[in-house]
Amino acid sequence: MGSVEFAAQQLINGLSLGSIYALIALGYTMVYGIIQLINFAHGDIMMVGAFIGWFCTTVLKMAFLPALIISMTITAILGMLIERIAYKPLRKSTRLAALITAIGMSFFLEYGGILVVGPQTRTFPDVFPQTLYNVGGVTFKYGDIVIILTTVVLMTILQFVIKYTRIGKAMRAVSFDKDASALMGINVDNTISATFAIGSSLAAAAGVLMGVYFNTINPLMGIMPGLKAFIAAVLGGIGIIPGAMLGGIAMGLIESIVSGLGFSTWRDAVAFLILIIVLIVKPTGLLGKNIREKV
Amino acid sequence: MLKLDNIHVYYGAIHALKGISFEVNKGEIVTLIGSNGAGKTTCLKTISGLLQPKEGTLTFHDKDLTTISAPKIVASGISHVPEGRRIFANMTVSENLDLGAYLRKDKEGIKEDLEMVYGLFPRLKERRRQIAGTLSGGEQQMLAMGRALMSRPELLLLDEPSMGLAPILVKQIFEIIQTINSQGTTVLLVEQNARMALSIANRAYVLETGKIVLSGNAKELMQSEEIKKAYLGG
Repeated sequence: MGSVEFAAQQLINGLSLGSIYALIALGYTMVYGIIQLINFAHGDIMMVGAFIGWFCTTVLKMAFLPALIISMTITAILGMLIERIAYKPLRKSTRLAALITAIGMSFFLEYGGILVVGPQTRTFPDVFPQTLYNVGGVTFKYGDIVIILTTVVLMTILQFVIKYTRIGKAMRAVSFDKDASALMGINVDNTISATFAIGSSLAAAAGVLMGVYFNTINPLMGIMPGLKAFIAAVLGGIGIIPGAMLGGIAMGLIESIVSGLGFSTWRDAVAFLILIIVLIVKPTGLLGKNIREKV
Repeated sequence: MLKLDNIHVYYGAIHALKGISFEVNKGEIVTLIGSNGAGKTTCLKTISGLLQPKEGTLTFHDKDLTTISAPKIVASGISHVPEGRRIFANMTVSENLDLGAYLRKDKEGIKEDLEMVYGLFPRLKERRRQIAGTLSGGEQQMLAMGRALMSRPELLLLDEPSMGLAPILVKQIFEIIQTINSQGTTVLLVEQNARMALSIANRAYVLETGKIVLSGNAKELMQSEEIKKAYLGG
């Protein structure tokens, strides 16, 4: 394989993987943006989404798209419930209390998942033809195209919602200033719920796509991608939506390049190395900037 | 139309308002003056629902607003321009104004009011596509006031509109407050700049450490020796 083909191949792999990271990272960054909480249960919410997708396709024999929509809907409700039950009562407590609760919620979902569905790994059915396409020495799967396409569509919808809809404007307002938002007549609690719903549904989409891509799912599958998506969100600038997209894609590309060069055992280490470098060199992330308030 | 009766507000253990009672009538400009920490801002925050009183009642048009949340208070016709302006600095000027009309559904009315706000503040119209955080302090104050007017309030609460502004701008802002009032909006104005506030107000209340110590006609208070000494610099 020539070096051009090699680069193109890693680009395809990296974009698929990065799309999944980006979808998860969006939830991290949106929740952080609105209540300054790193929701460490977010990767596990993705896992729940993957299982719902698995249930729909395996047991209910659904096609990919309805399974995706159902998984996103149920997981959105789960996300809202988690916020109302676990995080809302702590909104006026220290940030550390909420953070520790998020870690607790993460364990609850992981081991609750094991209790309910068992610890064994399950095989995701082949919802797509396993055709390999070969264009000029670069191979990609049907699944690659679906992942990238689904992600592009979801991100476009998200951008539209955030920029132009009433709830999107409310979300931006609340993430900037809760009291001032309340003075506009915005219901802050409902807006936070909506943010959890949207973030969780994007994670569910990522979960279903992961199932499709890697074929296997298990109750602990959310841990590593969750952490990497968190790094992606920090890399792009936590709280900044385009940053999460950029950070996710960058993480995916870096990982696939590292693997492609033959260092796949170092893949995870490189991810954390990136986190350390970002925190040292530019803690606000790639797209982070400091807006100073005028007095 | 607005009536506070024996309002007590606490910040944790701190007793910030110790039984405040006052009234604002339709069409008036009423000002609350007093030094730092007297409880002026706390008073406005209690009216707009950002703080809840521990005791006392708050009524607006005979409707009890004491325990109503901030969004519902906006819906009932009170709009608060908070201290420090609190504009959404990451959004454009026109997005800020849109958010002011968040609860309204009447597209035509919103459009009219937007024109009205742009008429009052032509600078905002020129800069409507600009990110609000890049505006000057005076323009940000105008934006905060315009945003509050977009809910078409009956009562406008203004907290320190002169803060940090050059004297020429202060004069301009106060003229606009008078214009807003003459167009039918009742104004409750909190100010440290007592001279300016008294010069445009009908009535005034003087706050000291959480209590009302003086009240009356603004012109008369301006002549009172006590006020001159304490708030008007001699």
